[in-house]
Amino acid sequence: MVRLLAIGAGLLFTLVVMVSFVVDAYNAATTETPKTAEKVFYKPAEAPAGGWSFAGPLGKWDIAQLQRGYKVYKEVCSACHGMKFIAFRNLAELGYTENQVRAEAATWQVPGVDPATGEAIMRPAEPTDYIPSPYPNDVAAAAANNNAIPPDLSLITKARKNGTNYVYSLLSGYQEIPAELTEQFPEFSTPFGLYYNPYFKYLNIAMAPPLMSDGQVTYDDGTEATVPQMSEDVTAFLTWGAEPTMIKRKQTGWPVMIFLVFATILAWMAKQQIWSAVKPSKRKD
Amino acid sequence: MADTSGTATAETVAEHDGDDGVRRRDFINIAALSAAGVGALGAVYPLITQMAPSADVLAESSTDVDVSAIEPGQAIKAVFRKQPLFVRRLTPEEITAANDTPTSSLRDAESLADRTKEGHEDVLVTMGVCTHLGCVPLGAAEGEDKGEFGGYFCPCHGSQFDTAGRIRKGPAPTNLEVPDYEFTSDTTIRVG
Amino acid sequence: MSFPWAKQYTPANDFTKWIDEKLPLPRLVYNAVGAGYPVPRNLSYMWNFGVLAGFCLVLQIVTGVILAMHYAPNALVAFSSTEHIMRNVNWGWMLRYAHANGASFFFLVLYLHIFRGLYYSSYKAPREMIWLLGVVIFLLVMATAFMGYVLPWGQMSFWGAKVITGLFGAIPLVGEPIQIWLLGGYAPDNAALNRFFSLHFLLPFVTAGVIILHIWALHIPGSSNPTGVEVKSESDTVPFHPYYTAKDGFGLGVFLIAYLAMVFFLPNFLGHADNYIEANPLATPANIVPEWYFWPFYAILRAFTFDFILPAKLWGVIGMFASILLWFILPWLDRSPVRSGHYRPLFRKFFWFGLIPCILVLGYCGGAHLSTFTILASQIATAYYFLHFLVILPLISSFEKPEPLPYSITEAVLGSDKQAVLGENAQPAV
Repeated sequence: MVRLLAIGAGLLFTLVVMVSFVVDAYNAATTETPKTAEKVFYKPAEAPAGGWSFAGPLGKWDIAQLQRGYKVYKEVCSACHGMKFIAFRNLAELGYTENQVRAEAATWQVPGVDPATGEAIMRPAEPTDYIPSPYPNDVAAAAANNNAIPPDLSLITKARKNGTNYVYSLLSGYQEIPAELTEQFPEFSTPFGLYYNPYFKYLNIAMAPPLMSDGQVTYDDGTEATVPQMSEDVTAFLTWGAEPTMIKRKQTGWPVMIFLVFATILAWMAKQQIWSAVKPSKRKD
Repeated sequence: MADTSGTATAETVAEHDGDDGVRRRDFINIAALSAAGVGALGAVYPLITQMAPSADVLAESSTDVDVSAIEPGQAIKAVFRKQPLFVRRLTPEEITAANDTPTSSLRDAESLADRTKEGHEDVLVTMGVCTHLGCVPLGAAEGEDKGEFGGYFCPCHGSQFDTAGRIRKGPAPTNLEVPDYEFTSDTTIRVG
Repeated sequence: MSFPWAKQYTPANDFTKWIDEKLPLPRLVYNAVGAGYPVPRNLSYMWNFGVLAGFCLVLQIVTGVILAMHYAPNALVAFSSTEHIMRNVNWGWMLRYAHANGASFFFLVLYLHIFRGLYYSSYKAPREMIWLLGVVIFLLVMATAFMGYVLPWGQMSFWGAKVITGLFGAIPLVGEPIQIWLLGGYAPDNAALNRFFSLHFLLPFVTAGVIILHIWALHIPGSSNPTGVEVKSESDTVPFHPYYTAKDGFGLGVFLIAYLAMVFFLPNFLGHADNYIEANPLATPANIVPEWYFWPFYAILRAFTFDFILPAKLWGVIGMFASILLWFILPWLDRSPVRSGHYRPLFRKFFWFGLIPCILVLGYCGGAHLSTFTILASQIATAYYFLHFLVILPLISSFEKPEPLPYSITEAVLGSDKQAVLGENAQPAV
């Protein structure tokens, strides 16, 4: 009885889903999905030629690069993007001393309260403060940016697929609309207030090219500030910001792995030895 | 594994593996079990240390206080490590009262000079935490009961502190704690 | 356990004797996973996953209780408190990655455990109750995992909560009120987050209780084995300890290597980037997908696209729930007297060339971007899924001619069943 009911139910489910299948297959066969510019000209993100110092299980931060990246962030990105999960005290991990961190924090203004009157004021930041957003709220951010809210950058490289390469490719990938694109899709255009970037999924992105000319930032260590160099440096900094514990994580992983392999080999030997008594085929005699 | 390695008899094993078989077999089991024990201990370490203060809590352990606006005889309450911090500017009379008390008569012998910074003997910085059981003593705000000795009075169990924040009467075992601090300028102190 | 040759617990000294009289807990453990539990001697490594699943539950409870010490279940701060764990709490990053990947490995182990049960027909009499309790455990773990995924309050958390509670909205008439009741509002917010947190904390302990019943039910008939032939004599079994404790110890080592390699080197590989964006009720992610372990069921949900008498949405929900609930009647669908797939030529073909590819296709389609191809493929796979369990399994035993079974487990292992063969080595020479 159970089996008869089950067979009935099974055939019913099969029938229903196959009806869906036939309808969908018919629709797929009769309607043609037009090719879009997004499908043809979108480029997947790539790493810079030299790769990343922090990539792979043995990766390490390049401290000088992170410092340069912080400078690019501060002088360029921070005009529109905050990093609300990064406190100035975290900059100590970029090799700055406590006093340098305190001085660096003081160059930023954060919202505060006047201790005498209680009024809202801007005050110099302290090491325990977090990197502020340039906008008081999302409405102000949207209003100032043609309705596109600049995202907080604390987690940006984790919040995008293949995030580190994506940010790098996007920053260094602004260009004119290629001639072939116009040839193939004459109706494709970049609306006012958007910018063409093949690494963005919809090709037209609301962020204006932030890094436009070589030397836009003057590096303290004398590195030549080309656009790819600045993109690479700031991406490294943002990757650090998204997961400051990344290198510690990898470095903790190695001893754990080595110990586990050792312990598992021991466990295997113990198991073999315990089972040797009841596994006649494995015995040597 | 442990108890069976104990039950193995030398005879049964020796029949199969020769003389040093026992040792080798026992050794493998003991080593495997020890490795498991070491691994378990290693795993416990992060599970315990996660309860210690986190990085953001540790980072809050220094506070800057502007002391310029405090008039003699007044005190302000600041916050240091999520606990009240009393900063008091002593009047000449209060300083005299504190210095006139012989330290030998005190439960916790400290002079006013021990408890203030050189050149700033009129600025008394103490934790606002009674050393008895941690209540906040009265006396920092205008009009509060300052106790018999004109300093601080803890309402929980009646501890009385003098103008140097020293315990004079009541159950508290020690003087109000003076945290580590320094004058970063003539008007500002950094606590912690 | 009822085998007459099972070893009896004997207290070693006066203290353990005293304990044994007042609270025979050591005796219970001895009989459950100690030398007092005779287990078939021929279990393969596929029998390791039950113990590993238990280990995963303990791992999730330990890391979860600790994360709850730092997490704040409030829509305003849930996302920041998760980042606080990652950045500020001592070893917080490790504990969170261990918990997140622990869920994935829990499911991996559970699925292998279930596939073991399906291939060797562990659900058949006399083990139906073990199987039924196992399905209950699976449902509980699924519910727990879903609610846990909501807690970080990222985009996937939010939209996952919205979509899954939306499933109940498909029920005619009462659907929408039920969805609103489940969420405590019109969209996921504080009320939903708080109840999910509460239940996410509670359900693992309920699961632990059902696992005790699962193991209790297991100890009545004893473990199944790869031949499917029941235990006949003492030579068919070995004591659980030390034989299977040693084997499980080795299995645990291999498991930990794979698991911790993920935790330390690829902790976000199984996750989704969108969940690092804070929940935003005004923007839906481009591709809402659940975690990988729900992909096959999600594919079944999306496979129903045509309003056939009932709305397609309702069919999807019915199909998805039915795909798991049908496991409850599995013991009464498969009537072949032979348990092990080893000796069932026809069943084996359907299992390896039908069911396994079908689940893999469903898994792929459930995780992939919606496209014509994934929809069509998942429709064929869904049809096969229901056909396999509800039609093929009940019918197959009528046509199938099973291969000859060994007389006993001992014969399967040694080639012949003579007490003498084992007799000289019956005692472990440890």
